[in-house]
Amino acid sequence: MFQNIGEIVLLFWRTLCALPFAWRQRQKIFDQFFEIGNASLLMVCVLSFFIGAVISLQTGPVLVERGLASAVGGLVGISVAKELAPVMMAILIAGRIGSAMAAEIGSMCVYQEIDALRTMNINPIHYLVLPRMLAMAVALPLLVVFAILVGWFGGAVVAETNSHIGVPFAAFFDGLRDTVDLKDVANGVFKSFCFAVIIGAVSCHQGLMTIGGPRGIGRSVTKAVVNSIVLIVIFDYVLTRFLLK
Amino acid sequence: MNNSDNNSGVSLQVRGLRKSFGGQEVLKGVDFEVQRGEIFVVMGPSGSGKSVLLKHLIGLETPDTGEILINGEAVEPDKIAAKYRMALVFQSGALLNSLTVGENVGLYLTEHRLKPPEEINRIVAEKLQAVGLTDATDKMPGELSGGMKKRVAIARALVVEPQLILYDEPTSELDPLSAVVIGEEIVELKNQIRVTSIVVTHDRELAFGVADRIAIINEGRIVTIGTPDEVKRFDDPLVQKFLRADFKRETQTSNL
Repeated sequence: MFQNIGEIVLLFWRTLCALPFAWRQRQKIFDQFFEIGNASLLMVCVLSFFIGAVISLQTGPVLVERGLASAVGGLVGISVAKELAPVMMAILIAGRIGSAMAAEIGSMCVYQEIDALRTMNINPIHYLVLPRMLAMAVALPLLVVFAILVGWFGGAVVAETNSHIGVPFAAFFDGLRDTVDLKDVANGVFKSFCFAVIIGAVSCHQGLMTIGGPRGIGRSVTKAVVNSIVLIVIFDYVLTRFLLK
Repeated sequence: MNNSDNNSGVSLQVRGLRKSFGGQEVLKGVDFEVQRGEIFVVMGPSGSGKSVLLKHLIGLETPDTGEILINGEAVEPDKIAAKYRMALVFQSGALLNSLTVGENVGLYLTEHRLKPPEEINRIVAEKLQAVGLTDATDKMPGELSGGMKKRVAIARALVVEPQLILYDEPTSELDPLSAVVIGEEIVELKNQIRVTSIVVTHDRELAFGVADRIAIINEGRIVTIGTPDEVKRFDDPLVQKFLRADFKRETQTSNL
């Protein structure tokens, strides 16, 4: 396990060192960026709408019962912006995009395509890892901004339409504006940037470590998703603790 | 980056090469020399260490002990590809499945930005024509037959203008006609650009048809090296058995 962590850190460092070559790979970065956004936008919409809705549904009646109707918007707003949107979107992207990255690079490993790159003196980190990691680091925070807005909207819809809550749209967003600061949204976006780096590094590392045939690829995909999620949850705690100061 | 001043082949010396994987020794002290512009064939049964040897020659593996000298100079494995223009034609072709045939062939030039795009397109068309695949530029590797994939891999190798070209089982999985075409291409490349070629194979017809010299490898050791005639005459039961092995179905007499 510690060897894996060391290798992931080394891969991340090598990718950082390759950053000056990013402009050369701009077409691949754009392709990956489009792939991540195009593949995930609808899912992000649906997921974040219902996350906001369910938080509103769970907390709304309890708060209204205690005369705290004005706090519904703030509570939904802060929990979606700081915690739920970054973590849930990171988990979604780890499953949807991280697995695809590990599978693609893994199959390139198994079918000697990466060896072929090396024989042509083409660095696989520049050619494969850098575009994926950069695209992920830009796309996930943008998706999270989108998810936060849709999540708030989902919460507001439920707050207004549910008979046990009955907080109007305007009142919901007034409460939200009073509680949620731009710093809170930036907090969530920063977290999602860190998660994007974790997903990119873990998925590319698992892909590059693939050995064997189709079973090896399957194993790499599973490991990439599970390890990404475990690291996301651990880093979520660490980052939250750090950002609370 | 590359030794572009030298367009002819390189000479190669391998000294005391040893390699183990998980405690199992695959190469047990391999020594040989390849002259500039020579076609050197390495033959041996499956699992004898031929492909591992090839990977060492192009820097994809690092030996446990021993060294590889190119033009008389010892080179670190990870610097071989940067210092010399080399190409490996993989057994499977190893074409990038997400790229078209044309993009695969031009990949080296595109990634190293060695030529403008129009010039790359011209070179790609020229190399594909050289291997008889003029119409395949826009096809994906998945649409090609095994023989076509190998020819595209050779075209991709040619784009590098290699000083050393390595072939890993170039005729495996090919029909006899395609195998002959590949053999002819190996010889023609040597004659045209004086490239040094190392061919790993267990195809006896290809080996004796193209080789200037042949090495027989068995269980990680070179058993003999010589011209095709010398190897044929080499008095060793194992070599003779390998060279003469043939499948004969006994004629069955039936009383029915």
